[in-house]
Amino acid sequence: MSAVLVIFFLLAGLAVFGAVALILQSHPIHSALSLILVMVSLAGLYLLMGAEFVAAVQIIVYGGAVMVLFIFVIMLLNAGVEERTNISKMATFGGVPLAFALGLIIAAGIARSSSQLAPAAAQGTLTSTRELSKLLFSEFVYPFELTSFLILVAILGAIVLAQREN
Amino acid sequence: MVPTSYYLVLSAILFGLGVVAFVFKRNIITIFMAIELMLNAVNLAFVAFSQALGKSDGEVFVLFVIVVAAAEAAVGLGIIILTARNRRSLNVEHVDLLKL
Repeated sequence: MSAVLVIFFLLAGLAVFGAVALILQSHPIHSALSLILVMVSLAGLYLLMGAEFVAAVQIIVYGGAVMVLFIFVIMLLNAGVEERTNISKMATFGGVPLAFALGLIIAAGIARSSSQLAPAAAQGTLTSTRELSKLLFSEFVYPFELTSFLILVAILGAIVLAQREN
Repeated sequence: MVPTSYYLVLSAILFGLGVVAFVFKRNIITIFMAIELMLNAVNLAFVAFSQALGKSDGEVFVLFVIVVAAAEAAVGLGIIILTARNRRSLNVEHVDLLKL
């Protein structure tokens, strides 16, 4: 087993552990901290794949900005331990089989197509940040401009929603 | 070199756990976090395919997904603050005005 594979399984285990912890924790702040663990280990996986710019953005935007926003709102609303009701116990019988069915369908799809993927995986190339920026500002320049417009609309929407009505 | 299918399996596992969290959790903020988890799982699949095919297009799409997720978090948390202020509860079962 090569060192890269060991690092992969370490990070993948951390990510799955964080996702399971998100489900099992009953306090929202613990769930948020588990989600940060998932995001940081995913950033490690991006580094492993050679996508260093995406890894940096993942940590700065997701692990930093978005999760700080979440924790800020949790503390602002003083969210406590969630209470279980009869309906949420009923969700166990409906939700778990459906989630397993979804997992099986995706696994079957991957297993069927993995023979086509195997040769392509060997020639995985390292995409540099320079290439990425060239692509972003030439081929994808219109979607890029649209995202800046989207952020503007989101800022306006958040301000309108969160302000106290007179 | 890690095979691409390993990344895809991890992505599927994380997506499935996100769906489970979405179904199980009753707290509206935690449900929102489950959506973020699913977006992250899809991002992992994007980068894995981008690496396997040797093209950067997938990574550009991941940047777009991150931008959309950040905008969604800002608007969604605004809605959550409003809901919590009106209903005085974060439990989704108390938000049932559309239910018959």
